[in-house]
Amino acid sequence: MSDATAPATGPAGVRVKKMSLLEQDDRTKRRNAAEKRFQFYGLTAITVGVLALAMLLISILSNGLSAFSQSFVTFEVTLTQEQIADAEASVVKTSKYSAIIKDNFQTALAAQGLADQVSVDDAMGLISKEAAAQLRNVATARMGDDEDVSRSFTFLTNGRIDGYYKGRVTMETAARDSNISPEQLQLADQLREAGLIEKRFNWGFMTMPDASGQRPEAAGLGVAILGSLYMMLVVLCLALPIGVAASIYLEEFAPKNWLTDIIEVNISNLAAVPSIVFGILGLAIFINFAGLPQSAPIVGGLVLTLMTLPTIIIATRASLKSVPPSIRSAALGLGASKMQSVFHHVLPLAAPGILTGTIIGLAQALGETAPLLLIGMVAFVREYPAGPPEGLFDPASALPVQVYNWTQRSDPAFFERASGAIIILLIFLLFMNALAIFLRRRFERRW
Amino acid sequence: MNDMRPVERIVDTDKPKIAARGCQVYYGENHAIKDVDVDIEDKAVTAFIGPSGCGKSTFLRCLNRMNDTIDVCRVEGDIRIDDEDIYDRKVDPVQLRAKVGMVFQKPNPFPKSIYDNVAYGPRIHGLAKDKAELDEIVERSLRRGAIWDEVKDRLTAPGTGLSGGQQQRLCIARAVATEPEVLLMDEPCSALDPIATEQVENLIDELRQNYSVVIVTHSMQQAARVSQKTAFFHLGNLVEYGETGQIFNNPKDPRTESYITGRIG
Ligand SMILES: Nc1ncnc2c1ncn2[C@@H]1O[C@H](COP(=O)(O)OP(=O)(O)O)[C@@H](O)[C@H]1O
Ligand SMILES: [Mg+2]
Repeated sequence: MSDATAPATGPAGVRVKKMSLLEQDDRTKRRNAAEKRFQFYGLTAITVGVLALAMLLISILSNGLSAFSQSFVTFEVTLTQEQIADAEASVVKTSKYSAIIKDNFQTALAAQGLADQVSVDDAMGLISKEAAAQLRNVATARMGDDEDVSRSFTFLTNGRIDGYYKGRVTMETAARDSNISPEQLQLADQLREAGLIEKRFNWGFMTMPDASGQRPEAAGLGVAILGSLYMMLVVLCLALPIGVAASIYLEEFAPKNWLTDIIEVNISNLAAVPSIVFGILGLAIFINFAGLPQSAPIVGGLVLTLMTLPTIIIATRASLKSVPPSIRSAALGLGASKMQSVFHHVLPLAAPGILTGTIIGLAQALGETAPLLLIGMVAFVREYPAGPPEGLFDPASALPVQVYNWTQRSDPAFFERASGAIIILLIFLLFMNALAIFLRRRFERRW
Repeated sequence: MNDMRPVERIVDTDKPKIAARGCQVYYGENHAIKDVDVDIEDKAVTAFIGPSGCGKSTFLRCLNRMNDTIDVCRVEGDIRIDDEDIYDRKVDPVQLRAKVGMVFQKPNPFPKSIYDNVAYGPRIHGLAKDKAELDEIVERSLRRGAIWDEVKDRLTAPGTGLSGGQQQRLCIARAVATEPEVLLMDEPCSALDPIATEQVENLIDELRQNYSVVIVTHSMQQAARVSQKTAFFHLGNLVEYGETGQIFNNPKDPRTESYITGRIG
């Protein structure tokens, strides 16, 4: 107020320069420049981050999307009951079925006038080795029927043929490759023109179990997805209640003394313990001491629970802390007991934060690989685990471990599949984060 | 009810509602309340005045044992309500707080509907047999909180969506709903504008008919307007306690006089 009436001289008689509002003084200019600079830094940081993310996504998508489509060959197969009985009676059953497929494929090729392009064995090389097992599944199901089986079958093509259509295999590489010859590729081209071979979406990638190194075309994520889901189930069922109960006790009930201080410090430290340490702990306690089976989702789930607990406890305590104390006083002042005040008022307000923390913890656990390697989840598992709860004790794989596993194999077809598995993993993570956001919005709407 | 009042009056003057003797409060090493003796009457408004940090809130919280929730706080001495020692080992503070309601400085409605705010106390204490009875309690409490007319059409709206003054009256209604015998108010108007303050003051005057009201205030005008008895605290001591008129017009202690006339504070 005094400024408005005072003359243009300061209290000590110093003349204060009168400035026009239309021109900026040096100080303002410097301040504005600093602000501009800071905004530029921020923008640069974001651009770098977004670019890195985009590059990651582009590389994974470009390598992995092709894993979701696969070449199949379709032709008529006739299977008599005698053939089935004969095959089932022999020692190496699949080789009998292989022979049946060979005969039928030869017939199909002859019908197209392609029978004498390559030798019968080379022609058979176009079809995946998985085909015999596939045929056997149908045959055993129909065994003992009076009728013969005669219908069209769709088999996977060999990984090299599939790679040919995906640009991984060319005529030049085929010439140097002992597993495939340029003639076989030409036959494949002709079959494709004839409509016997076609590329289509491959559900098997998400449903089939892993396959050996010789048949990458048949390898799928079925067991790994089930194993990961089971582990998430175990983590959710154990870590959420234990974590929330521990946090509520520590935050609301425990006296503040040196003991709780030590516990608090230790929980924060646990969150920073490298995950492989939890793997060793799990190996020592759950497998060697408690005698739980190796490679089982229950053990993986327990280890990941230990790993997730600190995350959940820290998130829960933070969201409990952020509930204004006035809400607690209000409830206590009305004669609510401590527990009533916590469960009726504090916990509902903290719920969105707790849920977000839990889901972030789960997402972290979903992508965790190192501890699972130690408890034997790297095993090659072709059997689907049973339904829960028994299935929790069956051997299974896990998504990130499957990725690791596939990148170790020599056939480049597995590299494509590993990228495909990463896409699946990312989709799961994206879904979980979306769920976290959704739940958060949903619960926050209740003021 | 009105015919009963003279009879009650006689009983009241015989026995104070709350009697504190030799009350000491420590926050760790800090001796916050020093040897306070006070008798608080039933069906009257008692005001606690004094400069900031003199222990008014601390002493108020002794009366419903809210100090128990502060870890470092230690209370000594003898405080009786209706001649029962509230710091007796057999007393459950939760039960005590249902009997001694409290309204806080900052309005603190639960982030729930207006209805649920008021119904919460009766619900946890099982005061209503059924929904109809609960509705009745909620309406009666909101009427006593002088806010019924403003909220009757939006009982399901969030209590936190009301204006500050409305929120404070809602909190008073919520405290009243548990049928307390004593109502403690810690600077209930300090966050309110003058109009809301007047509404709350009128409300306090009405509440006096049913409750023993203790109000902490930093405004001497407010103490003079609403209270019958006034206690002046200074540096943890109860300096002077008497009829409000006498405290303001004819203080006996020089410290009271200085504070009233604005020389300390
Ligand atoms: N929760 C607390 N913990 C520690 N000291 C406290 C606490 N509350 C109040 N005090 C101390 O007790 C004294 C009285 O405070 P208070 O009762 O809040 O005063 P008033 O309400 O009269 O302003 C002050 O010295 C204050 O620092
Ligand atoms: Mg105070």
